[in-house]
Amino acid sequence: MPIKRKPHLSATFALLPTWLVAVVVFIGTMAWSIRLSFTNSTLFPSSTYVGLAQYVKLFSSAKWLASLQNVLIFGVLYVAGCLLLGFLLAAALDRKIRFESAFRTIFLYPYAMSFVVTGLIWQWMLNPTLGIQASVRSLGWETFVLDWVVNRDMAIYALVLAGVWQGAGLVMVIALAGMRGIEAEQWKAARIDGIPVWRIYVSIILPQLGPALAAAGMLLAMGVIKTYDIVVAMTNGGPGNSTEVPAKFIMDNLFGRQNLGLATAGATVLVLGVIIAVAPFRYAIYMRNRAKGVA
Amino acid sequence: MARSHPNGPRPTQITAGRIGLYAFLFIAALFFLLPLYTMVVTSLKTMDEIRLGRIFALPETLDFSAWITAWSGACMGTTCVGIRTGFWNSVAITVPSVALSVFVGAVNGYALSLWRPRWANVLFGLLMAGGLIPYQIFLYPMVRAMANVSLYNSLAGIILVHVIFGLPLVTLLFRNYFVSVPEELCKAARVDGAGFWRIFFEIMLPIAVPMVVVVSMLQFTGIWNDFLLGLVFAGRDNLPMTVQLNNIVNTTMGERNYNVNMAATILTAIVPLVIYFLSGRWFVRGIAAGAVKG
Repeated sequence: MPIKRKPHLSATFALLPTWLVAVVVFIGTMAWSIRLSFTNSTLFPSSTYVGLAQYVKLFSSAKWLASLQNVLIFGVLYVAGCLLLGFLLAAALDRKIRFESAFRTIFLYPYAMSFVVTGLIWQWMLNPTLGIQASVRSLGWETFVLDWVVNRDMAIYALVLAGVWQGAGLVMVIALAGMRGIEAEQWKAARIDGIPVWRIYVSIILPQLGPALAAAGMLLAMGVIKTYDIVVAMTNGGPGNSTEVPAKFIMDNLFGRQNLGLATAGATVLVLGVIIAVAPFRYAIYMRNRAKGVA
Repeated sequence: MARSHPNGPRPTQITAGRIGLYAFLFIAALFFLLPLYTMVVTSLKTMDEIRLGRIFALPETLDFSAWITAWSGACMGTTCVGIRTGFWNSVAITVPSVALSVFVGAVNGYALSLWRPRWANVLFGLLMAGGLIPYQIFLYPMVRAMANVSLYNSLAGIILVHVIFGLPLVTLLFRNYFVSVPEELCKAARVDGAGFWRIFFEIMLPIAVPMVVVVSMLQFTGIWNDFLLGLVFAGRDNLPMTVQLNNIVNTTMGERNYNVNMAATILTAIVPLVIYFLSGRWFVRGIAAGAVKG
């Protein structure tokens, strides 16, 4: 092709701003942050290196350790809850249901709302003096307790409840799309063999939805690591440290407590966490593609 | 064969299983709708009525004063101007951010998939990695860098930040879309002497209109719902609605006006909700497209 060289220049040129973003923002600022995590920076960046001191301080901070534990509990329950409820909803909607599209609309609408809105709604619903607890008690069940948002031991589950309410619809959409892609012949064959419907879903449909559900799970898990807004809106980390999360710890130290070194150390740990979480998935996909010969 | 509907005739017999199925669906629907219902009825009550502690009861009389207060009189700290400034700030932030990021993302996707200049795969890999990494690691250096060029705490600054952090997803979606466009189309146009930009504006962009719609909706709801970036980069005069809503609800002194809080919450949620209810399948398509990474 004689005209090949010149047009490629425009393509390269068109990608320049994106190169700039990738190199300066994604690599440059990350390197800067990681560098800061090895210094004794507080309000302003300092260039006095202190080795791993900030990391030592980080992992001896009760708040940080609590936030790690919280995000783990929240993450596991939130992802599992969304996957389970989403799959069940999709399976139910796949059973030739009346008003299917109305149901689908209802299950998905929370996903369109922000975490701040989600957090505030559930904070109000779970309000112990005026919320669900008060209503149930006024019906005559005087000892009913639903004080999750103000209860140290239960606050994290309040976040899970709100999170699943918001995110289950996403899994439902993805799972339902997967179910609709399954060949009608498989259904016929399984029915002729007399396999009960629930077994078809568990043993035949579920394995085929594996990749789609894994993608949805990944998407939700990435959200877990970034969890911030919903906590700020719903509990602001309390009561005590019971709903502190790493992203919030970092933000507080970055902008509230002027503790740059500690905050960037926390952020670096968070990035490492993402890499550790994503690497096996990427590796599996890479190996699978290579096995198929399409790498 | 892909189905958009279940197969076969609708079952006519009523069995225990069918009843259980519908019971599950109705209970689930109740769980999903209850918060919305609660929000709406709370916003229409007076504080005296709310203090009775019947959160699910219908309001005795429809009282819209909480809505008016939420829009134009609710207090954030000592300023009591309601959430309307946040609403207009969010509009001013979201509209240009969406337009810019969709344009840049479309050009990226087109260049990466149909022209494949040198290092294209490296750039794409960098973008995807950038999209996975938590924002916290970028924030402080970005604040400093933007302060140096006077973009920190400005409308232009927050728009730029949204465009930057939107790039990975938007580029991915357009790249995946343009990959399915037959390469011959591009080659033929090049033989006819059309250049990079002409092919983009006259052939590719018109083809990609459905993707433009999907991505715009995804970006619109995403940016409208953003809290973190607005909080850090927008500055006091441009705080988006989500940040102002949180300030109204969580930083008030004295008694909380739950009716005003809920009205403000609905007002903040209403824009993405309207988009969702009007666009239905498009929204679903956007989510599905965004989910199939990997």
